[in-house]
Amino acid sequence: MAARYELKMGAATREAFGKALVELGRADENVVVCDADLSKSTFTHLFGKEFPNRFFSCGIAEANMVSIGAGLAASGKIAFVASFSAFVLNKGFEQLRVNVAYSGVPLKVVGTHSGISIGEDGPSQMSVEDLSLACSLAGFTVFSPADEVAMFALVKAAAYHPGPVFIRAGRVKAPVIYGPEQEFVIGKGIQLTEGNDLTFISTGLLVAECLRAAETLAAEGIAARVIDLHTIKPLDRELIAKAAAETGCIVVAEEHLVDSGLGVRVAQVVGETHPCAMEFHGVNNTYAESGLPEEVMAKYKMTAADIVVTARKALARKKG
Amino acid sequence: MKRTSDLSELQSMARTVRRDIIEMIGAAKSGHPGGSLSAVEILVTLYFDVLKHDPANPAWPQRDRFILSKGHAAPVLYSVLAEAGYTPKDQLNTLRRIGSIYQGHPDRRFIPALETSTGSLGVGLSVGLGMAEAARLDRSPSRTYVVLGDGEIQEGQIWEAAMYAGFHKVDNICAILDNNRIQLDGWVKDIMGLDPLPEKWASFGWHVIEVDGHDIVALQAAFAEAEATKGKPSILIAHTVKGKGVSFMENNPKYHGVAPTKEEVELALKEIG
Repeated sequence: MAARYELKMGAATREAFGKALVELGRADENVVVCDADLSKSTFTHLFGKEFPNRFFSCGIAEANMVSIGAGLAASGKIAFVASFSAFVLNKGFEQLRVNVAYSGVPLKVVGTHSGISIGEDGPSQMSVEDLSLACSLAGFTVFSPADEVAMFALVKAAAYHPGPVFIRAGRVKAPVIYGPEQEFVIGKGIQLTEGNDLTFISTGLLVAECLRAAETLAAEGIAARVIDLHTIKPLDRELIAKAAAETGCIVVAEEHLVDSGLGVRVAQVVGETHPCAMEFHGVNNTYAESGLPEEVMAKYKMTAADIVVTARKALARKKG
Repeated sequence: MKRTSDLSELQSMARTVRRDIIEMIGAAKSGHPGGSLSAVEILVTLYFDVLKHDPANPAWPQRDRFILSKGHAAPVLYSVLAEAGYTPKDQLNTLRRIGSIYQGHPDRRFIPALETSTGSLGVGLSVGLGMAEAARLDRSPSRTYVVLGDGEIQEGQIWEAAMYAGFHKVDNICAILDNNRIQLDGWVKDIMGLDPLPEKWASFGWHVIEVDGHDIVALQAAFAEAEATKGKPSILIAHTVKGKGVSFMENNPKYHGVAPTKEEVELALKEIG
């Protein structure tokens, strides 16, 4: 049966990122940070305040910022660049490709305000394609932490990872899933609940919704396995293959376009290992809209109740 | 060749580099001769006189950094790297062949001594700024040199970098604009004119030095002036001739990206001497 998760509200993952940077900065004077006039929103201002000489304010010029970060990293600095995902990836993509991925530079790129849960600011600021873009960069490692604990640990892991890394962060407060003792290993997913009827595979903010969906199903005697893939690239092939083989039914849920996100990547592994019934829950070929975060999430079907509906479809196909 | 300030030695090296360029592009049957030939004196003066570097120790942390942002001029860079002792001279004629370290555009995976891979225009100046900022943070004497094409500065990111360098007074970077006035589709003035060029850079806070880009003595003086300029980034606007040194290529937009035929290679080598 599903273990109980209290899911008490914690900090936003962007805030945990900012705090982790400060700790990194205190421990290692080689750490430098670039931002593009969003430091109060990305929480890099915490680092900038404490280490002004290691903080590079690039103005509203993301492409230049990414390339400057690449130059800093190529000169041996542990360099982070941060902005909203929608800007650092879309405006900086060519630079991420040529100056970072192709040039083999271990820059750390952090995109905050990912997904549609940012709410009021609307679709121009909502990144629903960042995982797809980041995963398309050869040699990149891609993280999408579900809560503050995961973010804190993965920022530190990213700093000393020898290759380039993209980290997806959210704007809104995220429920706490992990205890302080939890270990995070790059490329290893975490199975949060036991169950052999179906598997929820998720990332970021929707991991908590999948845990809630699993509880709803548990009340009906359906045992759902919940897996948090905090590393989107490289994928934990072993854990996915095992879930496919043992449950024969997989629902992938993500706050991202379903055409190009985690789901299609998981499907590739399932297809190569143990093909089974699958359903894909996410943003469907559209851009969302302004509103309170919870209103936007409800309207675009990002709640546990919506995920349960998708799970029932997958279960029906498994039986059929 | 070892570093030298001697004019006749540098001029002789410039001839060697021009021959290398013609031979390797001729052998490859594709490539960009015009913009390689226009930058010969700039790269020869840098690699054999100005740059503090050590081909035996390419990872020396305090080395000066060099970025060929106009990456399509790869042949001129490959020639000076080989002549300086970084890479094998006898493989220059494998340019653009499968498996060659001399890829179509400079590729750091094949030549680790390159500071970055280039080939997509408009991004090299910003990467150089990151390296210059790292050197300032480390209080390293390392300077960063970035060669830009004139067509290249039509890219918007160049002006983001220009603004950053001027505002932050990054005085350990030196840009060199290879102002050969021709881009792929024709004359720069007809496609997207850049005038007034010196005023544009000056208004972004740069110290501007106009120089004859084929006059080695003038280039040496200009690089010295750039290094002595504190509190501002410097740019050399190097007035050059596209295809310089080969009469039928000079000022001819055709040779931006077309290789010489076998007969043209022979003719060109005779002219260079």
